[in-house]
Amino acid sequence: MPRETLLNIILFLMLPATAGAALLLDEPFIITLVTKAAILALAGVGLNIALGLGGLVSFGHAAFFGLGGYAMGILASHAQSYTPLMETPFLIEGTKSMLVIWGVALATAALAALAIGALSLRTTGVYFIMITLAFGQMLYYFAISWPAYGGEDGLSIYVRNDFPGLNTLDPIQFFAITFGVLAIALFGASRIAKAPFGLALSAARQNPERVETVGLAPFRLRLVAFVISGAVTGLAGALFADLNRFVSPTMFSWHTSGEIMVFVILGGVGRLFGPVAGAALFILLEHVLGGISDFWQVYLGLLLLLVVLFARGGLIGTLAGREVAHD
Amino acid sequence: MTDPLLKVSNMNKSFGALKATDDVSLTLMPGEIHALIGPNGAGKSTLIKQIAGGLVSDSGKVEFSGRDVTALRTVARARAGLGRTFQISSLAMEYTVLQNVVLGALGQQGSVMRFFRPVMKDRDLVDRGMAALTRVGLSDQAARRTADLSHGQRRLLEVAVALTLEPKVFLMDEPMAGLGASGSKRLTAFLDSLRAQAPILLVEHDMDAVFALADRISVLVYGRIIATGSADEIRRDPAVREAYLGAEDVA
Repeated sequence: MPRETLLNIILFLMLPATAGAALLLDEPFIITLVTKAAILALAGVGLNIALGLGGLVSFGHAAFFGLGGYAMGILASHAQSYTPLMETPFLIEGTKSMLVIWGVALATAALAALAIGALSLRTTGVYFIMITLAFGQMLYYFAISWPAYGGEDGLSIYVRNDFPGLNTLDPIQFFAITFGVLAIALFGASRIAKAPFGLALSAARQNPERVETVGLAPFRLRLVAFVISGAVTGLAGALFADLNRFVSPTMFSWHTSGEIMVFVILGGVGRLFGPVAGAALFILLEHVLGGISDFWQVYLGLLLLLVVLFARGGLIGTLAGREVAHD
Repeated sequence: MTDPLLKVSNMNKSFGALKATDDVSLTLMPGEIHALIGPNGAGKSTLIKQIAGGLVSDSGKVEFSGRDVTALRTVARARAGLGRTFQISSLAMEYTVLQNVVLGALGQQGSVMRFFRPVMKDRDLVDRGMAALTRVGLSDQAARRTADLSHGQRRLLEVAVALTLEPKVFLMDEPMAGLGASGSKRLTAFLDSLRAQAPILLVEHDMDAVFALADRISVLVYGRIIATGSADEIRRDPAVREAYLGAEDVA
């Protein structure tokens, strides 16, 4: 078994093991932390499809994270106040069903990614970073200035949304849901990376001229990757909002985009479990260092600097070495 | 007389005041190797880029098996059957040798929007990639990372990727560059056999290879074709000797 596979299995099992241990020790707060790590990892899995496979340095993934969050917030707030979203031309009511909310979050984020991607993927390099940042900030200010859904204060949802057969307010059960979603997303991402699409997308990152010469259009590959990437991050946003039972414009802010990127870089850009390692490490540092000093992000910055300078493969790359391409 | 597979008519390209391509017309007939030679800076690579679709011409027309492809860019021209190799190897360097040829086979097949089945387990694509590697003699390097290949091996991989495209026309920009004498000789023999599969428009500095392979030779000087003819005709042409082969040979 390659070392990376072993490491991935350990990382994967670490989450439920920690949550299980916390359950036995009766520490619900730890379960919530692990749940948060799983959700942030999911957001990173989304970004990693664009950033790692496609080489698309999106500094605007908060847009999708926020859209997922607001999809949940808007639908659930209408459901809890028993007011429909709209009555004409046809009736749309709010919902407390997690599955419906996920569907809406995925679709909204995918559509937004299609529009944002279609415009910004015409640029490359620093311009692409700036345009995606600009779209994210546009949505951020829009959310702040839209009073119907809380404006700057955000929206509170009193009860977590429903999942068939589970009590979502029980921390361990909600963790099980997020972990299941993360597992499915990781499986999907691993298939995409090895599939014909992944081969072509990653080649377009390495050498777009080569891809064009074999008759494939890099723009199309990147756009599809961006849509998938945005949709997954949008789903993470819906779960994040459900975890906190709260959405606010912060989910749209460039800090959020930066944090999602930090998970990916810390863990290992383009490595399947990079976002999992990165998000887990981030939460761990936030919790441990945050307990020591309010300025814990200074140490995070230092760590990030070290990773970028000396360990380009991130945590996974440092521990597992270079990726095995095929046998 | 058969129709040309590739027909370039009255093509022009200027960069500011510099005329890089000056009213160039040329044809490539089925089964032929047409060599394009000329001193450094004559505009050979510019011309190749224009034909491949990477550089938009100021004027002129490119026809490809009777079809006007002037308006098409690189991707569409590749799909139409133009197999190009680059002067400076242009490969996916992080990939293995096999992945590079599988990418070519995938491009040829065209169904890239598949997200689930591993591409390296796709027997058809892998077999076609391996077949191309075998033809250029790289099959024992299949699992190596492209970045770890020698310069000469990368040149051969360029050719192998072009083979996987099963093109109707090859467009080769100095495939022999940096191959060394024995490598050059082997590739010359290979290209000689390749012309039966598809004709080759060959830009090359290696004169031994050009004179051994080319059915016709066009000489490009300052963006303009000054002569086209058989190897013997080109050797005898005084203008060519003056411009390219070296004036001292005239005496």
